Amino acid sequence: MTEQQSDQMTGYGPARESAAEALAWLVDQGDRFGHFIDGAFTAPGNGFMSHNPATGEVLATLTQAGARDVDAAVDAARKAQGKWHRLGGKGRARHLYALARMIQKHARLFAVLEVLDNGKPIREARDIDIPLAQRHFYHHAGLAQLIDSECPDTEPHGVCGQIIPWNFPLLMLAWKLAPALAAGNTVILKPAEQTSLTALLFADICRQAGLPKGVVNIVTGDGTVGEMIVTHAGIDKIAFTGSTAVGRRIRELTAGSGKALTLELGGKSPFIVFDDADPDSAVEGVVDAIWLNQGQVCCAGSRLLLQESIAEAFLDKLRARMARLRVGDPLDKNTDIGAMIDMTARDRVAALVEGAGGARFTPDTPLPETGAFCPPTLIAGLSPADPLMQDEIFGPVLVSTTFRTPAEAVALANDTRYGLAASVWSEDISRALVVAPQLAAGVVWVNGTNMLDAAAPFGGLRESGFGREGGWEGLAAYTRPAGKSRPLARIAPFAGNGDPAAGDIDRTAKLYIGGKQVRPDGGYSRNVYGKAGKLLGQAPMAARKDIRNAVEAARGASAWGRSTGHQRAQILYYMAENLSARADDFTRLVNHMTGTRGGAKEVEAAIDRLFTCAAWADKMDGRSVDTPVPGLTLTLRQPVGVIGALCPDEAPLLGLVSVLGPIMAMGNRAVLVASEPFPLAALEFVQVLETSDVPAGVANLLSGCHEDLAPTLAGHMDIDAVWSFSSSDLSGAIERDSAASLKRTWVNHGTTRDWPGPQGEGRAFLDAATEIKTLWLPAAL
Amino acid sequence: MQTLGQDHVSHLPQAMEPRNEGLPLDLGWLRAVRVNTAAVLRRTATLPARRSLKGAQQAAWLCKAVECIDLTTLSGDDTAARVRRLCAKARQPVRADLLKALGQPGLRVGAVCVYHEMIAPALEALEGSGIPVAAVSTGFPAGLSPFRLRLAEIGESVAAGAQEIDIVISRRHVLEGKWEALHDELCAFRAACGPAHMKAILATGELGDLRTVARASLVAMMAGADFIKTSTGKEPVNATLPVGLVMLRMIRDYHARTGLRVGMKPAGGISRAKDALTWLIMVQEELGARWVSPDLFRFGASSLLGDIERQLEHHVTDRYSAAWRHGMG
Repeated sequence: MTEQQSDQMTGYGPARESAAEALAWLVDQGDRFGHFIDGAFTAPGNGFMSHNPATGEVLATLTQAGARDVDAAVDAARKAQGKWHRLGGKGRARHLYALARMIQKHARLFAVLEVLDNGKPIREARDIDIPLAQRHFYHHAGLAQLIDSECPDTEPHGVCGQIIPWNFPLLMLAWKLAPALAAGNTVILKPAEQTSLTALLFADICRQAGLPKGVVNIVTGDGTVGEMIVTHAGIDKIAFTGSTAVGRRIRELTAGSGKALTLELGGKSPFIVFDDADPDSAVEGVVDAIWLNQGQVCCAGSRLLLQESIAEAFLDKLRARMARLRVGDPLDKNTDIGAMIDMTARDRVAALVEGAGGARFTPDTPLPETGAFCPPTLIAGLSPADPLMQDEIFGPVLVSTTFRTPAEAVALANDTRYGLAASVWSEDISRALVVAPQLAAGVVWVNGTNMLDAAAPFGGLRESGFGREGGWEGLAAYTRPAGKSRPLARIAPFAGNGDPAAGDIDRTAKLYIGGKQVRPDGGYSRNVYGKAGKLLGQAPMAARKDIRNAVEAARGASAWGRSTGHQRAQILYYMAENLSARADDFTRLVNHMTGTRGGAKEVEAAIDRLFTCAAWADKMDGRSVDTPVPGLTLTLRQPVGVIGALCPDEAPLLGLVSVLGPIMAMGNRAVLVASEPFPLAALEFVQVLETSDVPAGVANLLSGCHEDLAPTLAGHMDIDAVWSFSSSDLSGAIERDSAASLKRTWVNHGTTRDWPGPQGEGRAFLDAATEIKTLWLPAAL
Repeated sequence: MQTLGQDHVSHLPQAMEPRNEGLPLDLGWLRAVRVNTAAVLRRTATLPARRSLKGAQQAAWLCKAVECIDLTTLSGDDTAARVRRLCAKARQPVRADLLKALGQPGLRVGAVCVYHEMIAPALEALEGSGIPVAAVSTGFPAGLSPFRLRLAEIGESVAAGAQEIDIVISRRHVLEGKWEALHDELCAFRAACGPAHMKAILATGELGDLRTVARASLVAMMAGADFIKTSTGKEPVNATLPVGLVMLRMIRDYHARTGLRVGMKPAGGISRAKDALTWLIMVQEELGARWVSPDLFRFGASSLLGDIERQLEHHVTDRYSAAWRHGMG
């Protein structure tokens, strides 16, 4: 008797969850749905079908939103927002709590409807999607209760446009709605056109739960509706989860609009197994990493990296485990892998697998004859250069390669355009704790995978997007500093007649790149005049190649990111000390350049700001997160990397220090462009850097035309973030050009900042200078 | 030494499988063993939700569970009459009308498990049934009587007709890291068992953590154990799913390396039909259906059968059952 024959004799048989209740709910709604706007469903209009991907059956007819629907939804949200905000955190908490309870009461209806619409196995919908969605509303009911006391001086953005994907329909709805509502925003949400049904059930529940009209509006339709939302002038913030391609397009479309934006995009997350891992548990980890939800998971562990010495044995175990995966009817409780979202997705994945190199393995698992089913697939023996090792497949396909050393594991793991998640398997805690912080990912699981919780921030780096969802950090993405901003006028340099200011020996200001003073690549300088037209000196005109050189120098100074906060603080204090020693020179220079008598005050403020940054250097703590998963979950504040910044024009010294200080304090390296009209103080500041033990490449200072240099900074693929406080109108261009690499941007949208005041320092700078990494260290109790 | 009749060994591994003759102690293998407790707990926590058995399938699996039960009495107040009653239950574990309805007329339990002094009445009561008698041995449950007496106890039980010997390991060898001593001890026990098959009780509730359980499992198999068994039933913590999962995975590794199939016996604390199904599912998922068979899997249980009987009656009648409707063991 073969093992397979024996298996059939003691098989599991079907254990099918009934779809009757969910189908009855659809019938009750007439199998046709309009939009949910201002607390009521609109009449169903011209639309499209929603299918069950496992069977191809039509589940309902949905309505494609037009511009008028989107306008109506935005109007309703706008009308409701003030009152919703004024209800206060505690008032909103009651509503979020009611929504959580309602999801709980209808948990099985939600789960079955999700399975019908999406094709995921009932076990996952029942045990993962719906409980996590419910938990999200509970947790955010708590955040709403506390927001007024814990987050003073913040206010909601206003009206949020939210666009969610089809892979976790209700869960992504919860991730988007709960924090937005908790913070006092109102929402227009568009579910994916393939999977709108649980969102519509949720809308029905909002009505039953007595949520005020207009607070939640749900419109259905395809990407054209998404584009209407993204470009709608009445929306203050866009939150998107979906593909990197669409995320990039949203970045371009929203550029310069002043809309806040968070993007949660694709991934190609590494799953690293060391020779000292528990191999059987790691194999189960792989199953949960890549075969959860048919592999249609943004944080799927889709790149298996195996230490060479254990690779073959591990793959043997994995292949044996794959043979036990059951592919089939998503409503069967014994199904491990259900249907993909549609036949297009299935065919796309099949084509990718067909063209793949490497050693392909697909178990001899029976597949249903019809429906969007795809078998679990392992492609071993690929190299990093193989497209399948780089591109997101978004299906049940795992690719694998090997590494020799921990350093090589880190290098391979980080050799990707993405940076969403990573999984590290080793029973050696010191090895795991050395590797995990080095991984370019927003979420790292040690000896675990795909752990998610409402309290734990989730989000990515690089082309996986920006912003976090979950916990206090996720809530912050739905608030902004309270208060009005004023427009910032362009500050032009003073003109002059060429007469030099009397007295001083001619000084040659240079660019500062890689710890050296260098002449600009182009060989041009610009005369800098005082207010009265006297020639104060020449500022070099940096160009494209100077930025390239500065970024290379900054990239090379990566040791700064590994230095301790204490060490960085010492250097910042030393800078303050050396600035203080030359206070008179800087006072004179600032006064001459700006034609004011504010120099002394500005120098004093700059010294004080360096003290503040030094103080923060070792105090931007992460936290331990209370999740239901036993063990430790930590958030770490890690440096962003290389930050390019256009310094404020109006405060030539204080502006420079206010930008450089937090960048350095948090362990980043800076490529800064000095105040355009008043560059000489920054160039003089090189003397302070040179005497303060600042390692070469950590602070690179350029001068030149902001408008000319901004596109190079924003477009440079090796810069991780760009900030602009320039008085030139560059915010839109920077946001647009940043889309290519989806780098973080922080721009002023042509508004002022009070540099000497509290706006010139503190949390906003530190947040922008750090990335949150959520590190999961599950442990048994 | 008594020769065992063919009908007595139908359940023994060696009836269908080459017997595990053990290996020289491989300390490198032991040292390389890694177990992540949190991940093991996650696996066992989600396993029951990943597989579901309904209707006829569930009834068939419950019958399989009955076949895998070592119906056990290990009490100081055991008498010959008490053991005869248990043996009668072993022959007729489920009411005849139910078995007929289920199409399982000949259903028997896997074995009857008793102390040495009860071997004789058990053998007599089971005469002709094909059900083997298992005896606990080697100073059960603590295993701290003189080594020579423990060896002798095995010999006497085998001579008395026990076809399976459930020995206890010296936990102190494990806790002191004396793997050679443990291997030597178990090799001696195995030799004393002769043709009777040896079930090595690891007393996992006293071993501290899962990696230690894994290592002890490997040593027992390297010493030629036919079965590895979780517990005596007398420790404060007995057969838990995480311990079982780790032992099953070691059995799988041993099979991958040697081609030999070693059996598994969880004992103590499994008293509900649903728990038994979870165990069988775990065995099927981790080791494959070949192991879901009384020659490679046993439950050490006394009260489990009662709950299974009630579930089977429910399956047959579609009415919830009552304990008093089924014959006592």
